[in-house]
Amino acid sequence: MEKSNLNADTIRIDSVKFHWSNKNDFKIYVPEFNVARGEKVLLLGESGSGKTTLLSLICGFLNPISGDIFLNDEPINNLSARKKDQYRCDNIGIIFQQFNLLPYAKVIDNILLPLYFSKKRVENIKDQKETAANICKSLRLPDEVLNMQASKLSVGQQQRVAVARALIGNPPLIIADEPTSALDKNAQSIFLDLMFSQISESRSTLLMVSHDESLSQRFDRVINLDDILKEGD
Amino acid sequence: MLLKLTFASLYARLLTVSMTVFAISLSLMLYLSVEKLRTSAYTSFTDTISQTDLILGSRTSSIQLLLYSVFRVGNATNNITWESYEEIMNKDEVEWSVPISLGDSHKGFRVMGTNLDFFKRYKYRGGQLIEISEGNYFDDLYDVVIGAAVAEKLKYNIGKSIIVSHGIKSFTDHDDQPFKVSGILEKTGTPIDNTVIVSLEAIEAIHVDWSSGAKIPGQETPIEEIRNMDLSAKNITAAFIGVKSKLTIFKLQRWINEYPEEALTSILPGVALHELWRIIGIVENLLLGISIVVIFTTLIGMAAIIFSSLNERRREMAIWRAMGASPNIVIGILMLEAFIISFLSTLISSILLYILLNILQPWIDDTYGILINIELLSLKDLLIFILFIISAMLVSLIPAIRAYWFSINDGMTIKI
Repeated sequence: MEKSNLNADTIRIDSVKFHWSNKNDFKIYVPEFNVARGEKVLLLGESGSGKTTLLSLICGFLNPISGDIFLNDEPINNLSARKKDQYRCDNIGIIFQQFNLLPYAKVIDNILLPLYFSKKRVENIKDQKETAANICKSLRLPDEVLNMQASKLSVGQQQRVAVARALIGNPPLIIADEPTSALDKNAQSIFLDLMFSQISESRSTLLMVSHDESLSQRFDRVINLDDILKEGD
Repeated sequence: MLLKLTFASLYARLLTVSMTVFAISLSLMLYLSVEKLRTSAYTSFTDTISQTDLILGSRTSSIQLLLYSVFRVGNATNNITWESYEEIMNKDEVEWSVPISLGDSHKGFRVMGTNLDFFKRYKYRGGQLIEISEGNYFDDLYDVVIGAAVAEKLKYNIGKSIIVSHGIKSFTDHDDQPFKVSGILEKTGTPIDNTVIVSLEAIEAIHVDWSSGAKIPGQETPIEEIRNMDLSAKNITAAFIGVKSKLTIFKLQRWINEYPEEALTSILPGVALHELWRIIGIVENLLLGISIVVIFTTLIGMAAIIFSSLNERRREMAIWRAMGASPNIVIGILMLEAFIISFLSTLISSILLYILLNILQPWIDDTYGILINIELLSLKDLLIFILFIISAMLVSLIPAIRAYWFSINDGMTIKI
């Protein structure tokens, strides 16, 4: 489907309104927001500005009250809950701020977890373990890490494993929610270098949110969250 | 994958999980052993005597008569004179009868005087006769036949010489008239196993120099002289009676209970067994009730443990969701966890029960005469296990549904 729509935007948001039912003071309204295929976009915003809520809407965890969210031209807010879950695991690799991994599971099982739910991502790779090992190698994770329990890794290593998990099976969209916030400056830059080279290789689209403006030069486009969020009624 | 990760997750919480499993196993074992004891006690109980229509004794309550004549617990309040017994024995309705005489003991085991008819008429476990496993029934005046448990515990063989003590717990021995073991009975699982059986004449013989329960000082009749005396019984303690036609049981029972010459009681063993069982049954139902409450409590405990781990596992749930797991899978993971915990508990509880029964069985058999049938799992046990696992999963639905709502509402924001 993506191939027939080469020029389509990966993300297109059209007049989306949302508020938490139990917190009436918090509302967001996004009149328009697009991310093109293969683009690397940084969303800048202070904490509490609705960054994570916006990502949850794009990932289909939350439903907008009105408006449409298109991923690869498909209006995902019209999908059933089950189809949304399926769409997410087929097409989106997600990296959280921290605590990304199942702490008790082996690193290799953490990386292969999305493949358990997505046939589509399984079809994109030949040998699951080999692919996982290769991604880890490019992310400079030592081989022996694969069979270690995730909780035994350093935070920096854990975040790189999370990148490997997001990338496995080449999902077209990678969404990262402040993935560097738990890392120090030096580790941040190594992590971002590795993540960017991997994402470029897989030609995925990247949407990352952060409050750190110093990251800006790495991205194709930097958007201030305040510019796309308008106070709704 | 799901199963593997669930195991990994449980393993990561090994201490709390194993404590839970252990607690549930113990309560399940408690329930199973109470249940086992209950059924075994009932079968052992009702199997103790069969095909006897009436038990005759002096005037007493039916349960007491049953206890001393069949279970050899407690004492008779009075004896029956041979004359009364003979009159009843000669009634038209009576097909057979076996007299017994109790009151003496040997090293804590009851001594019962009877005649050889006992071995032909007394039946247990739905019509089984008491078989002899070694030696012969008594032939000589000073022969005894001992139950399997007596032989086993006292390590007696054929030919062993034994002394009978006067009364149930006394320091006075009938040491002037030693007996010789002539036969050992097969194990029956009834109080017969703990009984030392002699002839009625022998009971008379050892009391020749006795009067009103005490030895007459200075009097010691030589054994040869005793052998030549008339030793036919003057009193008996109780008698087992079989009738020709079942229709006449109640008529005969009423006749005995209204017997004018002596205060007598006759009981229907089945009815008395049932009455006695109802008394014991209260305790047994209480135990059963307690163990059900214990199981229920542990189930709730398990749910509480899953519940309390939920908060720290919200991130984990969010990861599952981000990977594409539907909220149903989140429920499934928790249910699978409950299933594994309860399944492991059933396994461990049956192993524990098996060990416990093997340890306690001989003791329960000896002390209470209840033979517990050790089998690994009966169909009923399996059914209990299945019911338990189902209820464990139902109980775990409570935290699972909460996790479901967490995972729907959290999305990518985990507010902890």
